[in-house]
Amino acid sequence: MNDTFSGKIWVLDDDIDTDIIIPTEYLALKSVEDMKKYAFSPLRKELAGQIRQGDIIVAGKNFGCGSSREQAPEIIKALGIKCIIAKSFARIFYRNSINNGLLLIENKQLHDDAVEGDIIDVEVNNAVYYNGREYKISSLPQNLVDIIEAGGLVKAMRRRNGLD
Amino acid sequence: MGATIIEKIIRNNTGLEKAVANDIVTVNVDRVMIHDIFIPFVADKFEEMGFKKLWDPDKVVLIYDHLVPASQVDDTRHFKAGNEFVKKYGLNNIHRADGICHQLMTEAGYVKPGDVVFGTDSHTTTYGCVGAFSSGIGYTEMASILGTGEMWVKVPETIKVTINGVLPNNVTSKDIILKLIGDLGADGATYKALEFAGDTVENMSIASRMTIANMAIEAGAKCALFTPDYKTEEYCEISLNDMQRDLVGDDDAVYNKELTYRAEDFVPVVACPSQVDNIKPVSELSDISIDQVFIGSCTNGRLEDLQKAAAVLKGKKVAPFVKLIVTPASTKIYRQASEDGTLSVLLEAGAIVTHPGCGLCCGRTGGILTDKERVVATNNRNFLGRMGTSKVEIFLASPITAAASAIAGKIVNYDKSINIW
Amino acid sequence: MMGMTMAEKIIACAAGVENAKAGDIHTVELDRLMSNDGTTHLTIDMYNNNLKNPHIKDVDKLVWIIDHNIPSDSPKTAASHKKMRDFAKENGIKFYEGEGVCHQVMMENHVCPGELIFGADSHTCAYGALGAFGTGVGCTDYLYAMVTGTSWLLVPETIRFNLTGKLPEGVYARDLILTIIGTIGANGANYKAMEFAGEGLHNLTMSDRISICNLCVEAGAKTALMEVDDVAMEYLREHGREPKAVFTSDVDAVFAQIVDIDLTEIQPIVAKPHFVDNVVPAKECLGIKIDEAFLGSCNNGRIEDLRVGAAIIKGKKVSPEVRFLVVPASRKVYSEALSEGLLDIFIDAGAIVMNPNCSVCWGSCQGVIGENEVLISTGTRNFKGRAGHRDSYVYLASAATVTASAVKGEITTADML
Repeated sequence: MNDTFSGKIWVLDDDIDTDIIIPTEYLALKSVEDMKKYAFSPLRKELAGQIRQGDIIVAGKNFGCGSSREQAPEIIKALGIKCIIAKSFARIFYRNSINNGLLLIENKQLHDDAVEGDIIDVEVNNAVYYNGREYKISSLPQNLVDIIEAGGLVKAMRRRNGLD
Repeated sequence: MGATIIEKIIRNNTGLEKAVANDIVTVNVDRVMIHDIFIPFVADKFEEMGFKKLWDPDKVVLIYDHLVPASQVDDTRHFKAGNEFVKKYGLNNIHRADGICHQLMTEAGYVKPGDVVFGTDSHTTTYGCVGAFSSGIGYTEMASILGTGEMWVKVPETIKVTINGVLPNNVTSKDIILKLIGDLGADGATYKALEFAGDTVENMSIASRMTIANMAIEAGAKCALFTPDYKTEEYCEISLNDMQRDLVGDDDAVYNKELTYRAEDFVPVVACPSQVDNIKPVSELSDISIDQVFIGSCTNGRLEDLQKAAAVLKGKKVAPFVKLIVTPASTKIYRQASEDGTLSVLLEAGAIVTHPGCGLCCGRTGGILTDKERVVATNNRNFLGRMGTSKVEIFLASPITAAASAIAGKIVNYDKSINIW
Repeated sequence: MMGMTMAEKIIACAAGVENAKAGDIHTVELDRLMSNDGTTHLTIDMYNNNLKNPHIKDVDKLVWIIDHNIPSDSPKTAASHKKMRDFAKENGIKFYEGEGVCHQVMMENHVCPGELIFGADSHTCAYGALGAFGTGVGCTDYLYAMVTGTSWLLVPETIRFNLTGKLPEGVYARDLILTIIGTIGANGANYKAMEFAGEGLHNLTMSDRISICNLCVEAGAKTALMEVDDVAMEYLREHGREPKAVFTSDVDAVFAQIVDIDLTEIQPIVAKPHFVDNVVPAKECLGIKIDEAFLGSCNNGRIEDLRVGAAIIKGKKVSPEVRFLVVPASRKVYSEALSEGLLDIFIDAGAIVMNPNCSVCWGSCQGVIGENEVLISTGTRNFKGRAGHRDSYVYLASAATVTASAVKGEITTADML
């Protein structure tokens, strides 16, 4: 997986939980499209409307903690977020993101330096570049690369079932 | 080399005799649980993946709990989708109004020690109370298990928590797990297994162990594990086999971290708004008035929880203008509490008793609050906006603290001893 | 001097005049003012924002009850509850929250024969079961009464129903009142009082009577009134209250219409969507598949109704895909049902036993139905969209028919189960 891209960053704090990403109240709406305007609403009501295609979220530790709701990564993806760079991720959120082809990157330092609205450059499996500084990132394990390269778990299973 | 409980379960499940922490392995799934919120999405993904049949219909359990009773007009679509899936793929294990998924999975005998179980809910960690490896996953992953019966996992490292001694009066397993989450932090056990040992946990009921296993996810844990014992046998209505009896962490197992507590040091605590790891002793809070109390959920909606609350409330009244909402975790518990008089005591004290289900904990109905209101709740999360607006303050506590606070109209420590009939 | 009807006598008494007759307008002093969480927040807004000198004439007359959306289902509901709770606390208003459906709470705790009561809810006419003139008003009328203790009232004409005989086994008060509404039509008693008397009345329990009076608004009635007999007096005594006054219509009172009803001829009835007067014999609805059944409400959520339901469902199961909501009408009913073992029977059958509230009869929170779904209900109304989705269908029937249908999964009567 060698991919390079850049994007504008939105900076969020530690422990962004799944109820902040999408409150339970909206979980029975018909589609992710219906839900996405409520993303992050308990924290920053206006944020969902401000995010543009290709933007990047930079967050503190434990991003996505809480419930198993897969709408959380799906909505973030639907808002146009290219990837999330956080100090750490909660495990169910991590799996759900990979399964939906949303790229997650762990880095302990970037969040402390990042200023919202700035532009960063990402070189997948290698490093993030910001303000002239390089932030090393580790590469993904092969089994996850397989899923992402298939285009997510649904596509991987379709291939397994001889459909694509 | 010795093994942790999770390593033993995974070795037994996969036949990989040398599997150790950080290996990536494929497990054979013994049981899965899907609840009403996610069944439409699971069904869609399952068909999109091109599967034609379930790998094993008997291993699939479908439970309606978050949306029972329906509170929004679109909620019943989820029941329709579930009912169609049941018919189409021949599911036999379905519960439409029997209580909370996590309560039913162990109570109705779907989970046994040593099993590998996944559920579309983060609190699936609960089944570690009987020594099962259980964890929450998303609906896409669930769909793939339904077709294949398999899932990849990274064998987690283990944090071992040993507690010895006798808990002080009015201190419950809820206080233990809250304190532990406070010590570890909300991400302190991320990707890891929590393994519990010591005579304090050995002396605990399965119900109390469930409370701890249930909240392990709030420290980020992948699973929580208790060694099966005679109480497990009784609860699961089985005799432990050799594999199950051996689910104890070996002395020479490799742990990521080992924590040791003295039971006598625990005190009643609350998780203050709006993080589960924001823990304070109840005695340090003064004059925090409250508007509502919620006793229920998969964390603390069991018979012993209702009995403890009733023991505190017996002959007393809920403070004027304060609401006490009690939601038993299952219809079985409701029936037991009805028969032993617990419900009558709660009703006399002024409690509003609702039908068993997730109720307020999942934040869709059951006592939603508004700006400047405070609630003491026995459930597992106090996230911003979880029970209403982002200006609602949620304090998580044990059923004893919750009941005492309902009487006082403010958060208080219960300092008398309680008698449970 | 011409004789007076019950309604005329109650109004004359409340107006402090000797004589009142249909068509007169009188200023009356109200005995009691009930309001619930359906509209009280609006009344409070008007009180705070539109009055020069906001005050309450006699706070002891006010009874406020949170029953519609309890426990709260949304921040919006919670905010209107908080407004109501804070106002009640500040002004010392008698306040109930989660204690039951308002009309049941009023019957158990407040209503006395001879009283004139305004309720900010259309089914306030239920109080006629105890010989009280109860009528539903909007928040503006309510606010005026709250501030002045008085209101104006047009004295209604009365339709008198003379009851004879006894309801057959398996036929209930609900079947009777649906039959009546079907006969006179949804506006057949517009602006009028419906008065019930005759020897057949003595054969009806208080629960039956509340059920009948409660539904009179569905024929357009301003109020419903029943003669106060030993059954009513016994109920009053049991609940520790005394009548204000016991009135009966004079023999020479003038009625707009007199209807004789032989109770022995009544049969199980169903009101089909989407009007309460769209009634047919229950047998004509057999086989209609249902998604949900509801046993509860101010109309049929009393202990007598739960006993009827429990006897039918005992040892049976709710049809697998049907949601059967059982909602006792008050804390008292809930506790009685619990100690009689009725709730255990419903739980064992797979029913959803809810805390006392308005539930799907109100249709904005717990137990709502979805698109194209069918509900059979003991609630008060079957208007389009009333129970949830705008495209859904509500059939009204007795506790027996509703419970039997929940077991069968389609509309059926108890005798066919």
